[in-house]
Amino acid sequence: MSTGPRTYPPAHEPLIRGDKTLKQVTEDVCAPIERGPTWLWWAGFLVSFCALLLGIAAVSYQVATGIGTWGLNRTVGWAFDITNFVFWIGIGHAGTLISAILFLFRQKWRTSINRSAEAMTIFAVMCAGIFPLIHMGRPWLAYWVMPYPNFRGPLWVNFRSPLLWDVFAIGTYFTISAVFWFLGLVPDLATLRDRATTKTRKFLFGLFSLGWDGSNRTWMRYEMVYLLLAGLATPLVLSVHTIVSFDFATSVIPGWHATIFPPYFVAGAIFSGFGMVLTLMLVTRKVLRFEDYITIGHIEAMCKIIIATGSIVGLAYGTEFFMAWYSANEYERFVFFNRALGPFAWAYWTMVLCNVITPQLLWFKKIRTNPGIVFVLSLVVNVGMWFERFVIIVTSLHRDYLPSSWADYSPTLIEISTFVGSFGLFFTCFFLFARFLPMIAMGEVKGVVGYAERTTNVLE
Amino acid sequence: MSRLLFLGFFGSEGDVLGATREARERGYQIADVYTPYAVHGLDAAMGLRPTRLPWICFAFGLAGGLLKVWFEFWTTSVSWPLNVGGKPFNSLPAFVPITFEVMVLLAGLSTVVALFWTCRLYPGKRPMLVDRAVTNDRFVLVLVEDSAGFDVTAVRGLCEKHHAVHTEERVEKPGEELRVWKEAARCRATS
Repeated sequence: MSTGPRTYPPAHEPLIRGDKTLKQVTEDVCAPIERGPTWLWWAGFLVSFCALLLGIAAVSYQVATGIGTWGLNRTVGWAFDITNFVFWIGIGHAGTLISAILFLFRQKWRTSINRSAEAMTIFAVMCAGIFPLIHMGRPWLAYWVMPYPNFRGPLWVNFRSPLLWDVFAIGTYFTISAVFWFLGLVPDLATLRDRATTKTRKFLFGLFSLGWDGSNRTWMRYEMVYLLLAGLATPLVLSVHTIVSFDFATSVIPGWHATIFPPYFVAGAIFSGFGMVLTLMLVTRKVLRFEDYITIGHIEAMCKIIIATGSIVGLAYGTEFFMAWYSANEYERFVFFNRALGPFAWAYWTMVLCNVITPQLLWFKKIRTNPGIVFVLSLVVNVGMWFERFVIIVTSLHRDYLPSSWADYSPTLIEISTFVGSFGLFFTCFFLFARFLPMIAMGEVKGVVGYAERTTNVLE
Repeated sequence: MSRLLFLGFFGSEGDVLGATREARERGYQIADVYTPYAVHGLDAAMGLRPTRLPWICFAFGLAGGLLKVWFEFWTTSVSWPLNVGGKPFNSLPAFVPITFEVMVLLAGLSTVVALFWTCRLYPGKRPMLVDRAVTNDRFVLVLVEDSAGFDVTAVRGLCEKHHAVHTEERVEKPGEELRVWKEAARCRATS
């Protein structure tokens, strides 16, 4: 009888390393919350908070002064703000994809990363929401987008407008994501409640854990509701970015009016979302010492999704060009030549380099399994996807049908500060989340701790 | 009415599954099983009926979808028909996205509310914990000592066969069916 560590066939490698017991899982996940913040946490939090303050100052200034503080002109009526809106919404998609679609596909590796990815979704959607809100010019009248009984006619909102579709899509997406996230947290909050030593913790975790007692009758219903929510959120993920793409596709602007937009936007959203999940997870596993939970296997799996979605995005770029030429529509052709060779060619080629060329490096196992290189590549994906939205929006607008109205665009300091501020909001929320809530879904990870043994025994 | 309960504490998913299955086969009345995570197959072992929550989800989703189509139709073509870019008033295809979103919203929220309702989960509720370790690493099988024929020694033997770490008997507080308190008076001393 051999005494060394047990070996498994490749398809049944353990999902969690280090032969953890259930108790160890609890200890490991609760440790960052219970031991108090490290200097690294303080440093990160303070930097993010400063960025958030900058954003608050910038937003206050533009709300007080008006959106004339932006670099927009009559030709380029949408630019930095909508770019950032689509960028942040895209980031959010990986969270729901991990928690819903991978759940339905029985991808058990998702359990280590779903909690933080879902949190990322919520924070990203919050960041995204800010931009259209400021774009309205008079954000205090934002409730006008809601269909409520009024004395102006009664004047109802226009249900035939893609911009209103957006309001409902983002609103539903945020609500369902937040509920999904909270539901997943309940059993873990109960664990924290039962471990709590201070009065404040006992009170707060007691309040939010809803009296969870681990009864199997509750677990059974809970699992069913989780499955139903996953089933509902899956088409929701696809619908939200499809609807965002309708903002463009239903217009008659060359470069926007394309039937390829919905699938292309959805693939791009998942691509950028996984880029951000990888960025965050690679830092988290190192800083919080979660290497046994977020393993190289997890990183590889995410890299594979990045290759798949990145290639779909690359194919979409090619298809767009082909269709522009094949349609024989001179305006359509001009927009695409202008993208590749015009004044914003630098943005276009940055996009192609970051989204199509560099991610192909992930085909190599050596690169996929090297956290350092993957971290750099994930940042590259984030940059590339930001540029994609910028290219779609600005290059389609800045040279329109009338050469006399052609214009240039460059963002003002206020726009840049707002963008930096949105990163500040995102990371401030993420740091607070990492400090006060379990970043790994204990209740789900415990269920896959013995995965390798169980699956191998079935085969034997 | 207070009940006398028998509790078996286990250290792993496999053990509690085996013990539950056998207890049910032998005809013991299972009050509940408490676990730190959702153990698959345990509801079958306990003989629980499938939950009817999917019907709530379906009903509210359908209601949300239908209501929204009606509302969009009513506002745009009955209450205040407004010509926007020459689009038809009752443009059903344009109503699809919002109808879908509202359907998902209502289906999702109603299902979660129904879960909290049926499981009696609400903010600030005092948990009825069998053991504090249940939310950590302990699995607890709770049987009802329902008749004079309930043989404690045999049940203890059953639990020990499935590697129980510990067994005990407790009296349930009146009015708290299926719930057990650690502080409840112990009825019989256990080994």
